Amino acid sequence: MSGFLSTGNAMPVALSALPVRPLDAFRGEVLSALGDGRRLLLLSGLAQTTVGTQLLAALADDTRGEIGLVSTIVADSYPALTPDWPAAHYFERELYEQWGVRPEGHPWLKPVRFPRGGPAIGEVEFFRVSGAEVHEVAVGPVHAGVIEPGHFRFNCHGERVLHLEISLGYQHRGVEAALRGGPDKRSIHLAETVAGDTSAGHATAYCQLIEALSGTLCSPRAYSLRVVALELERIANHIGDLGALAGDVGFLPAASYCGRLRGDILNLTAMLCGSRLGRGWIRPGGVAHEPGAEILHELRRGLAEAERDMRNAVDLLWKSSSLRARCENTGTLTGRAALDLGIVGPPARASGIDRDCRRDFAAALYQGRAPAVAVGDGGDVFARAMQRWREIENAIGLLDRLLGEPGEGDPLAPVETLMPDSIALSLVEGWRGEILHLATTDAAGHLAYYKIIDPSFRNWFALAIAMRGQAISDFPLCNKSFNLSYCGHDL
Amino acid sequence: MFKALLARARQGHRTARYPAQPPSLPPLFRGRPVLDPAKCVAGCARCVESCPTGALQVSEAGPELDLGRCIFCGECADVCPADAIDFTQDWRLAASERADLVLTGDGEPRVAALRHELRRLLGRSLRLRQISAGGCNGCEAEVNALGNVVFDASRFGIDFVASPRHADGVLVTGPLTANMKEAALRTYEAVAEPKLVIAAGACAISGGIFRTHPEACDGIADLLPVDLYIPGCPPHPFTMLDGLLRLLGRL
Repeated sequence: MSGFLSTGNAMPVALSALPVRPLDAFRGEVLSALGDGRRLLLLSGLAQTTVGTQLLAALADDTRGEIGLVSTIVADSYPALTPDWPAAHYFERELYEQWGVRPEGHPWLKPVRFPRGGPAIGEVEFFRVSGAEVHEVAVGPVHAGVIEPGHFRFNCHGERVLHLEISLGYQHRGVEAALRGGPDKRSIHLAETVAGDTSAGHATAYCQLIEALSGTLCSPRAYSLRVVALELERIANHIGDLGALAGDVGFLPAASYCGRLRGDILNLTAMLCGSRLGRGWIRPGGVAHEPGAEILHELRRGLAEAERDMRNAVDLLWKSSSLRARCENTGTLTGRAALDLGIVGPPARASGIDRDCRRDFAAALYQGRAPAVAVGDGGDVFARAMQRWREIENAIGLLDRLLGEPGEGDPLAPVETLMPDSIALSLVEGWRGEILHLATTDAAGHLAYYKIIDPSFRNWFALAIAMRGQAISDFPLCNKSFNLSYCGHDL
Repeated sequence: MFKALLARARQGHRTARYPAQPPSLPPLFRGRPVLDPAKCVAGCARCVESCPTGALQVSEAGPELDLGRCIFCGECADVCPADAIDFTQDWRLAASERADLVLTGDGEPRVAALRHELRRLLGRSLRLRQISAGGCNGCEAEVNALGNVVFDASRFGIDFVASPRHADGVLVTGPLTANMKEAALRTYEAVAEPKLVIAAGACAISGGIFRTHPEACDGIADLLPVDLYIPGCPPHPFTMLDGLLRLLGRL
């Protein structure tokens, strides 16, 4: 990637080495690298300078595990990348909202989170379909179940959804802003609460970043225990969602068993650290609790038992013709659309995209123990359900190997102050997909800028695309097959 | 059909025998903290400095811990040089009065059962509308767990309903973001009188880890008349079940 500063996952570089290119060169180099098969990891403001806003682009070379960084400085507008590269569309909407920089030529700069000082939430124009017999169905922010708030607007013709508008921001609580100026005693807890069902994922992404910026190496045992936390989180959420899918088609036996099994996995996490969500465990420098041999033995026993019951429960799912009839060819996301939109995680893999941070950006965490990456095809609700199950199987296989040889060393290494004037990215494959944390430090080694990209940020638009042409009654199924995070998106 | 029956036999009966038997909780579970002022070292304020949410204060009378702010991270117990703070296995944390959440020694929060007339009105059921207002979805996940076969809150007549019009009250989670304020208050207004308000989790009670963020309201305590406070980050499903059953006078 010519013109880019080359780095990797959790590899800090000096801010002074970050290329600041003229706008034309920046656009040209970014678009040319994307055209050559690189992937857009991030497009964001980075800092306010006296001459304008510094924009940062981060591109991934997934085959080599490399990350390229390049920046430019713009006054108050620049020619948008979105018309040339659709995956930039959401980043540019966010850029406009957070930094006031207008990407000229962007099709529609709708608000992303409705932060303070902007338009009031809900007061926004939606994409509208007009014509005889066309109608709109508006849902939310308060949904019918115990679900986070968000607004959905379906443009329908009869039962058929022509287009779905998704408008979020109701969970916006200022997480990124609160992390700036740290690290302090609240930082790790803010990381754990970016998305409660991904506490281990975001805590690991945060810790990996802080360790990179402070030059801290954790012990092999600490990395192993983090992988245990991450994989348990993956299994619990996937099996819970399979149960929720069963519930949505009214197949209650599998719904009940999977719901119970999700809790059993959460209880294994609680056995290891005291919290069902894995809180209070992953800390900068390693882990706060080190389970003894007896507990690890108990964990293997519990996992083996849960695996037997999970197999039994999902076997009912796959053999139920009524469930298959509802899920097959429903909510299809083509591989082309997944690539064009920059989708990550199980929904991308279920559409045939072979991409997983655990293998492509292993870092010390998954070095030498990346699991087999399951890649599906079809991209429909059934493919996403099957993808979840295959990822559970792979996670169990990984845990089985890992717990046989959990490594040695102190659970917690001391963490020094952060290197001044540096930048680093941290990638972790959470259960929903790629979690990205990025930070820069100031001259005193404090966090000057902190950016979080939850996989939901990339994937919400894919749900809207998957719903096109579908029956509105299939929305719950489609939605559950993605199960995206509102709080992780809203921050 | 036959396969489904076989699976049913295999998966077994899983509902916890609560409240007839105490819940089974892991040894590391961090429940109700107990403070021992006698052990407290004069001039030491390490617990206060370590607390990420300002839940702790130390006065001459000893340490004071506000369960409404506590996220049960256990940092204070870890840094205390005198072991004056201990997180016990006690899952019973809910209280009717905000002031009762402030612990000074080995005190326990108290839940007053609802007035007799209201209990008669509710009969054997409690229908709640859950309002998710800006947290991390951790509390929502544990509220959802109340519906699974292990906790099975519906065997006590406790259910979560889709419409505020069908509800006897609201159970709020999250610090109440500015962006959710109007929707949350309007949902509350849509519930018919008499109605209950339950604040579940540190965020809804005090703002939790998001306290003082200009994007949120530090919880609902100043905006809605709260009948039951359920501490935790998130509260364990047994903590929620215990609070709800006490409120209904069933425990």
